Amino acid sequence: MNERVPIELEVNGEAVAKYVEPRLSLADFLREELELTGTHQGCEMGACGACLVLLNGKAVHSCLMFAVQAHGDHVETVEGLSQRKAIADIQQAFHNNNALQCGFCTAGMLVTAHELLSRNTTPTRHEIRDGLSGNYCRCTGYQAIVDSIVSVARSRAGNVDTPASPGERGTAS
Amino acid sequence: MNNALGKLDRPNSYIGRSVTRPNAKRLLAGKGRYVTDMKLPRMLHAAFVRSPYAHAKIMSIDISAAAAMPGVHLVATGADLAKLCKPWVGTLDHFRGMKSSPQLPLAIDKVVWAGQAVVAVVAQSRALAEDAAELVEVAYEELGVVTDIDLARQEGSEIINPDLGTNLSFTLKVESGDVEAAFKDGAVEIEDVFHFGRHTAVTLEPRAIIADYNSSEEQLTVHHATQTPYQFQDLYSRYYGIAESRVRVVAPDIGGSFGMKLHVYHEDMAVVGLSMLTGRPVKYVADRMESFLSDIHARDHRVTSSMTADASGNILGMKVDDVTAIGAFSSFPRTSVVEGNQVVRLMGAPYRFRNYRGDLSVVFQNKVQTSQYRAVGHPIACSVTESLIDGIGRRLGLDPFEIRRRNIITQDMYPYTSPTGYKFERLSHEVCLDKLHAEMDYPRLLKQQEELRAKGVYRGIGIAMFVEITNPSPAFYGVGGARISSQDGAIVKITPSGEVQCLVSIGEHGQGTETIIGQIVAENLGVDRETVRVITGDTDVTPYGGANWACRGAGIGGETAFQAAKKLKQNVLAVAAAILQAKPSDLDIQNAQIVDAGTGNIRIALSEVARISYFRSDTLPDDVSPQLTVAHHYSPKGYPFAFTNGVQGCHVEVDVETGFVRLIDVWVVEDCGRIINPMLVNEQVRGGAIQGLGAALFEECRYGETGQLENGSLADYLVPMAYEMPDIKIFHVETPTRDTELGAKGCGEAGTAAASAAAMNAVNDAIAPLGAHVSQIPMTPQRLLRALGKV
Amino acid sequence: MKARAFKYFRTQSLEDALQAFDRAGGEGCYLAGGQSLVPSLSLRLQAPELLIDISRIESLTGISRSGNVLRVGALTRHAEMLTSPEIARHAPLLRRAAPFVAHPAIRNMGTFGGTIALADPSAEFPAMTLAMDAEFEIASLAGTRTTKADGFFRGLFETGLQPGEILTAINIPCFGNADRCVFDELARRRGDYALVGAGVQGNFAQDLVSTIRIAFLSVGSTPLRARHAEAAITGRALSADAISDAQAALGDDLDPEDNEETSATMRMHLARVLLGRLLGRLSQPDCMRQDEVT
Ligand SMILES: Cc1cc2nc3c(=O)[nH]c(=O)nc-3n(C[C@H](O)[C@H](O)[C@H](O)COP(=O)(O)OP(=O)(O)OC[C@H]3O[C@@H](n4cnc5c(N)ncnc54)[C@H](O)[C@@H]3O)c2cc1C
Ligand code: FES
Ligand code: FES
Repeated sequence: MNERVPIELEVNGEAVAKYVEPRLSLADFLREELELTGTHQGCEMGACGACLVLLNGKAVHSCLMFAVQAHGDHVETVEGLSQRKAIADIQQAFHNNNALQCGFCTAGMLVTAHELLSRNTTPTRHEIRDGLSGNYCRCTGYQAIVDSIVSVARSRAGNVDTPASPGERGTAS
Repeated sequence: MNNALGKLDRPNSYIGRSVTRPNAKRLLAGKGRYVTDMKLPRMLHAAFVRSPYAHAKIMSIDISAAAAMPGVHLVATGADLAKLCKPWVGTLDHFRGMKSSPQLPLAIDKVVWAGQAVVAVVAQSRALAEDAAELVEVAYEELGVVTDIDLARQEGSEIINPDLGTNLSFTLKVESGDVEAAFKDGAVEIEDVFHFGRHTAVTLEPRAIIADYNSSEEQLTVHHATQTPYQFQDLYSRYYGIAESRVRVVAPDIGGSFGMKLHVYHEDMAVVGLSMLTGRPVKYVADRMESFLSDIHARDHRVTSSMTADASGNILGMKVDDVTAIGAFSSFPRTSVVEGNQVVRLMGAPYRFRNYRGDLSVVFQNKVQTSQYRAVGHPIACSVTESLIDGIGRRLGLDPFEIRRRNIITQDMYPYTSPTGYKFERLSHEVCLDKLHAEMDYPRLLKQQEELRAKGVYRGIGIAMFVEITNPSPAFYGVGGARISSQDGAIVKITPSGEVQCLVSIGEHGQGTETIIGQIVAENLGVDRETVRVITGDTDVTPYGGANWACRGAGIGGETAFQAAKKLKQNVLAVAAAILQAKPSDLDIQNAQIVDAGTGNIRIALSEVARISYFRSDTLPDDVSPQLTVAHHYSPKGYPFAFTNGVQGCHVEVDVETGFVRLIDVWVVEDCGRIINPMLVNEQVRGGAIQGLGAALFEECRYGETGQLENGSLADYLVPMAYEMPDIKIFHVETPTRDTELGAKGCGEAGTAAASAAAMNAVNDAIAPLGAHVSQIPMTPQRLLRALGKV
Repeated sequence: MKARAFKYFRTQSLEDALQAFDRAGGEGCYLAGGQSLVPSLSLRLQAPELLIDISRIESLTGISRSGNVLRVGALTRHAEMLTSPEIARHAPLLRRAAPFVAHPAIRNMGTFGGTIALADPSAEFPAMTLAMDAEFEIASLAGTRTTKADGFFRGLFETGLQPGEILTAINIPCFGNADRCVFDELARRRGDYALVGAGVQGNFAQDLVSTIRIAFLSVGSTPLRARHAEAAITGRALSADAISDAQAALGDDLDPEDNEETSATMRMHLARVLLGRLLGRLSQPDCMRQDEVT
């Protein structure tokens, strides 16, 4: 039963044809077969959001599907989104606000942010926190991530914030 | 004050500025490189067969079916690995009388917690290794299970480690002043029993390790998601008998650590042996279920404590009895008693009473080990102290701010030695308390609270003061015989094109080490920080040092880099002076140009000095020998620890019908000395506070009577998530330590230290009008409903 | 946490899927959204020899109305419950419960049919089918049949589906002008399975309850209707008295599990509090206009 079966799909805009074991998760396929290690895994059961990718444009957990299920589909990972600059402004906002520490949750956060902003161009902080409800981050405390998404929504709407500029001594007194 | 610092109008002044993290860009693009991501040629994968029982004898192990499976390279038992690896014992000399049994990578005769690794399987893929692990047959004979801290200490209880003859690992008594007299004199006395649940670090990246043993060179390379590469170099070398210089530990990007990734884990030790036995690189990544079963846990304390005060609210004394359960062994090499030790020593730390007694009992039980996790002991000492002082205040009709004002150690009292022996150089309790009062607009909150209560809405305000231990000197581990370095090293060099490379022993796990080191070095050298490249985490490359534990990166690592950069600047100026025929003291460096110190006029580019030094030293006078690489090591010398302090505020609403708590607002005022990068400090404090709030409301490892972990998955162990967590307002007070020129102390644990205490006080404030009170975290709906008498 | 090996078969034909299951001789398992099945395979709690992917079968998709019945295809994703105008109009209880089902990305994949077939007692939608008096369309090699939600949920993860049967659609009586519905739950964190949750759908004449259906989740081994509570308020206005009678009656309706972390007493208490709050909201004539969806 460890037989491999052929699959064909598009990953980050490139056609991919591989033989895989049916039991190989999409996450392991992306990370191990395609070396797209930007997608991480923190639980392998849908509870942390580190493994989020876009499947035919929608955010899904790559740990909750097998690669064979994606046969014929379009998959996009953080590498693809970065390459085609679809999330450049979100990445910049994360960078300015320091919305990441260890970075292990970041790809998942970016995928959620990207999808959230495509569904709702003017989300409130509350709606953003709801949208992030499945994304675990142990390091940041979430606030800077919420701040970043708010600032991207504002600047996409044309209300260009001065990018959260490295402040003079911040709030220090 | 360190006047040379913090002038933000100078060119290249970075210390004190919120600059972004250069290395974050890579992580944002999905180009991080974590051990989990790494693949080496010929690499194999390990999986472990684990004990289903919390306490049992191993009667037999049959590996034949597993070993015969195609794709399986090795099935190893405890006995196989014991031939290579020496046993280790998790005790330290300065914890006198402490006991713990020897440990080996895999269990041999018996298992002592559910989830302990018994057999290792190495195969071509992790999936195959798991397939084979299912085929290993282990026969057990169950033994009595010890889970309860009181039963464990009773006569006739099952003894987990018969060679020790007791389930008591360690006891300690700390006594100062005349406690009994204080309690006799006191006008009020409050006693309570507090329970702190077991929790665990739950780093998003689980533990991960790849061991690669090359027998032809007798060289071991370990790619390890660890906070302390040199500590592991030492351990792998000594326990596997490999020359130290031939053990290389590389810590690349790490997906969170929080103290969890510096302990010796049985599986990690095993993996080294598995690589030696197979002659191939072996990778092991704990999956989330394994993380819950085998990562260290923390807390798990029951504290009985009382406090007494005179009629004006001056605290006279405090008694503490802490019983903590640590699992079946003390962990290695830092032991499992440090948390209890810090609990009984940090009690009452912000206050000036002199009569104190603390008793500590550290007990073995059939659960996974506990050990150091973020803010070791602090949340417990803080919650107990702050809850009791609120109780005294309530008894005497004194507001929480007022009762604290009457008892804090004031500016005129420093340097101050606490009754438990901690030496405080200078703290800022008064300023912090006043700042919190103003920033949270306390009078407005009180008014609103009263109005809402009339409508049946129960809001509560809680505050908690804290003292945090940072910058530990050798007094922490070194004196106990542990080969854990309290010094750090930095190597700074000018490259031929005038850029700067800085290698440091402290590591980067997202807290921004590389950024602050870049800031410090750039400012001291007078170059743009973009041109400073900081390298961390490789024992073959970076200088020897303790790296990241107990909040020492900025304070110790930062000072090291500070001094190294200063030395290097002198060396550069000496060469420049020779070239320019000037005096070094008349020169300075700004924006990578050598300038006249007085006028700022450019004399020669740093890159030109570098070019001449490296390629045309023939043009320099004979007595000038450019030294454009500098190495410097630094270990704290003055105070044994640099204490920091602060206060947190928490505003909650309790749904008294359901027992659900909503966090409305959290404020943190903290003083970590010199702030190198406010944005990064804020993020450390926020992340830390969220971990404390998780502990207050959600996190707990729940065990059944048979010692099974009942909620060991990320769906069942509730970590704090974005929807439930509040925005956190942070304010700073800066009292630099005079022990170093930089003046920085640690800030990584401040958030965690007091967040659960403030939350517990807030909840108790909310439900006080209903005559209810809780002294246990997490404050679950059921515990609150019971306190409220609803169920 | 890697699944045991299995074979995978994907088809666009309902007939092929049914036959594949038949041929697998008890070792087959249907895969829809995979949001419950895949983790269960990764944990090796389940290890079928053959996975039959039914997620591309056209006839299981789509939302359509005929007469007074809304037909929701089994493959309708949870996310569509939040965006479909038909759902909002004709089955608003699903719209109201949907934000509480897991998290956005799981809602993108998880299917309505999957959650009904799985019948997790803590899931939102199975209980809601009881409150809406839904009917299930089921296909097998023997043909198709329908069955009511009442009586379908038989025991813990046990339903009226026979081995090999595929749930093809859920038929829901369209929401009427005199109908009102509310949903809420008490979950520790957003998206978690709730400690207790409930949906109520009623038909009102003036302010009197003509008919009412109350369905609970997380208080027994199946989603549960609270028939005694329903009876206590049928024909009455939702006064404070009526509501407290309904709360009292819950003792005969619910059978919550008892464990250390969440005692049966606590769940019963929470169920009563929740019911009181829901009926209070339902008593407001404009409760369908309020944007309760959070
Ligand atoms: C982290 C996490 C949190 C979650 N939280 C919630 C929550 O709060 N509330 C909630 O309700 N759910 C929750 N879920 C579960 C989620 O809603 C699932 O999507 C749902 O339970 C199953 O739907 P599926 O389409 O994914 O089914 P699958 O996982 O594909 O299948 C589930 C079972 O149903 C069978 N099956 C599926 N479709 C059919 C069919 N048409 N006919 C016959 N049999 C079929 C399968 O054989 C399988 O046995 C959560 C899941 C995760 C991973
Ligand atoms: S790894 Fe997929 S959600 Fe955690
Ligand atoms: S940045 Fe570490 S988990 Fe989010």
